[in-house]
Amino acid sequence: MRRLKFLLIKEFRQIFRDKSLLRTILIAPLLQLLILPWAANYEIKNIYLSVVDHDHSTYSSKMIEKIRSSGYFKIEAFNSSYKQAYALVERDKADIIIEIPVGFERNLIKEGSQKVLLAVNAINGTKAVVGSGYLIQILQDYNNELRLKWVAVDRIKPLPQIEITSSNWYNPLMNYKTFMVPGILVMLVTMIGSMMCALNIVKEKEIGTIEQINVTPVRKIEFILGKLIPFWVLCMVMFSIGLLIAWLVYGIIPAGNIAVLYLFLAIYLVAVLGLGLLISTYSETQQQAMSISFFFIMLFNLLSGLFTPIESMPKWAQMIASLNPVSYFISVMRMVVLKGSSLYNIRSHIFIMILFALVINIWAIFNYRKRS
Amino acid sequence: MNAIELNNLTKTYNDGSITAVDHLSFDVKEGELYGLIGPDGAGKTSIFRMLTTLLLPDEGTAKVNGYDIVKEYKTIRNIVGYMPGKFSLYQDLTVEENLNFFATLFGTSIKENYDLIKDIYIQIEPYKNRRAGKLSGGMKQKLALCCALIHKPTVLFLDEPTTGVDAVSRQEFWEMLGRLKKQGITILVSTPYMDEAGLCDKIALMQSGKILSIEKPQAVISNFNEKLYGISKGNLYKIMLDLRKYEQTVSCFAFGDALHLRLKSNADDNVSNIKMYLKNHGYMDTEVKEILPGIEDCFIKLLG
Repeated sequence: MRRLKFLLIKEFRQIFRDKSLLRTILIAPLLQLLILPWAANYEIKNIYLSVVDHDHSTYSSKMIEKIRSSGYFKIEAFNSSYKQAYALVERDKADIIIEIPVGFERNLIKEGSQKVLLAVNAINGTKAVVGSGYLIQILQDYNNELRLKWVAVDRIKPLPQIEITSSNWYNPLMNYKTFMVPGILVMLVTMIGSMMCALNIVKEKEIGTIEQINVTPVRKIEFILGKLIPFWVLCMVMFSIGLLIAWLVYGIIPAGNIAVLYLFLAIYLVAVLGLGLLISTYSETQQQAMSISFFFIMLFNLLSGLFTPIESMPKWAQMIASLNPVSYFISVMRMVVLKGSSLYNIRSHIFIMILFALVINIWAIFNYRKRS
Repeated sequence: MNAIELNNLTKTYNDGSITAVDHLSFDVKEGELYGLIGPDGAGKTSIFRMLTTLLLPDEGTAKVNGYDIVKEYKTIRNIVGYMPGKFSLYQDLTVEENLNFFATLFGTSIKENYDLIKDIYIQIEPYKNRRAGKLSGGMKQKLALCCALIHKPTVLFLDEPTTGVDAVSRQEFWEMLGRLKKQGITILVSTPYMDEAGLCDKIALMQSGKILSIEKPQAVISNFNEKLYGISKGNLYKIMLDLRKYEQTVSCFAFGDALHLRLKSNADDNVSNIKMYLKNHGYMDTEVKEILPGIEDCFIKLLG
């Protein structure tokens, strides 16, 4: 194991000389954490509305005013026909058409009901669902207001109705950044950790230095540890920088114990770096290593629950997600950072991650050969 | 005792469709400077990689210092030095750091074996703080040799150590090998340069994974047993094409500024016959004389 010390000295020396590597480790998380959380925001604003008001009554204009004042909608145009409004949707100028029929006010007062047409451009699914949801809620509100008015006038017993109030636990203001930043940090550590590790080893293959090492008495396990330890340390540093940014820029302070987070990270990194090692044993050139890691990282990130909840994926995708180490860390991050979960709460995650780390690394060590 | 023994050693690639080393057997005695001479693709590098335990043979066995290359590979890694054909040291580490790194991996230090590398290291010592990637070709070779020697190996494997190195550095390099030989180190060296073959104790001429002959360099030449004629002056390329049409010609090749010609008979009047033939073809002032064969001539003869 004395040789391991010399391998580590050499590795750190090379890392500190590689300016581009240091830049990746220090600056990439900084920039990505500053930019990505703002882009990965599900709160929908600026929904463009095209209004076709055939009624031009007090009621219809009050309703439009209510929609406008909600702050979510921008009225792109008042059109005189549905056809005109549809043309705007086709040109992607409007997201939703609201058509108010002739006699809206009259029928509403006389018959107590009236229909309003909403036509939603569903090309952007999220925007369509969320936008029409907001709009329906606003219309319902308006409906209730009208009802109250009549009830007061007619002095009839009010209709029984359930009013729903909700409170958002763990993230009271429903701030998406609080939700996204810890996840993005996981994505970063995963990406940079596995790629760096894979590329570094394959680079030794490409240059031929690995052969020079292979003819020495250095043992397989020493060589592998000599690679894993430096990158493990680097990823720890990178993660800490990320947490610091989360605190300084987004004001996110983990609700739980930070030591729990680091304990999980320590195990997680062994798994992720093992993945890099595994990729390196299957590739001969850096280009190959890059494509393979890219494929896995894409898959892992999209099936991690970072952007879309795993629970709403089809069963087979959930199966894949359960084999995805990233999804466990994202879940742990959110549990510890938002909910304040303790070590006991994440115990099953820890056991699964230890299993991942063992399987991936044993596979990689088995597949790493000093001779062909 | 033999330092290296090969017994029917065979290596194939692409599931056996390409045979790189074909049932090869030869022995290298302790303290010998042994040359593997052959063109690219002769299988030299595959032999080196098998003997240095980087590649597993498909058939046959080999021993280095009496240790089996398959079963006792761990012992072999402690006692051999290997310098691959491609420069493969850490380009981002300095000369001294590279040397130190390899010394420590073998559990030794530069100081401990300084005597062995002194002659070579002294030449690159002024640049010891320079990154290895920034060295010239000749200096890279010297550093690589130092790194291969730093743990005092008993057998040294050098795969085309002088390819891509200038003539002066090449000569220096071979002088160094001579000195290492005197210290009792067995050296197996491969080279595509025929002129370097003459500096070995013994040479094996190789082609397509097979050995054509194993001989001392002088014996290779004395086994030539034929007369060889050198033709110079004039348009050599055209002369060569015409000489190949000559009924007595066995082979005719260009060697630098002369043509080397072998004929079917060793008759005494060959020189005047060649002159006559050339005159008849309009070459007036060519020079024809009998010359001594070099290793390359022997190699070409062996190739048939």
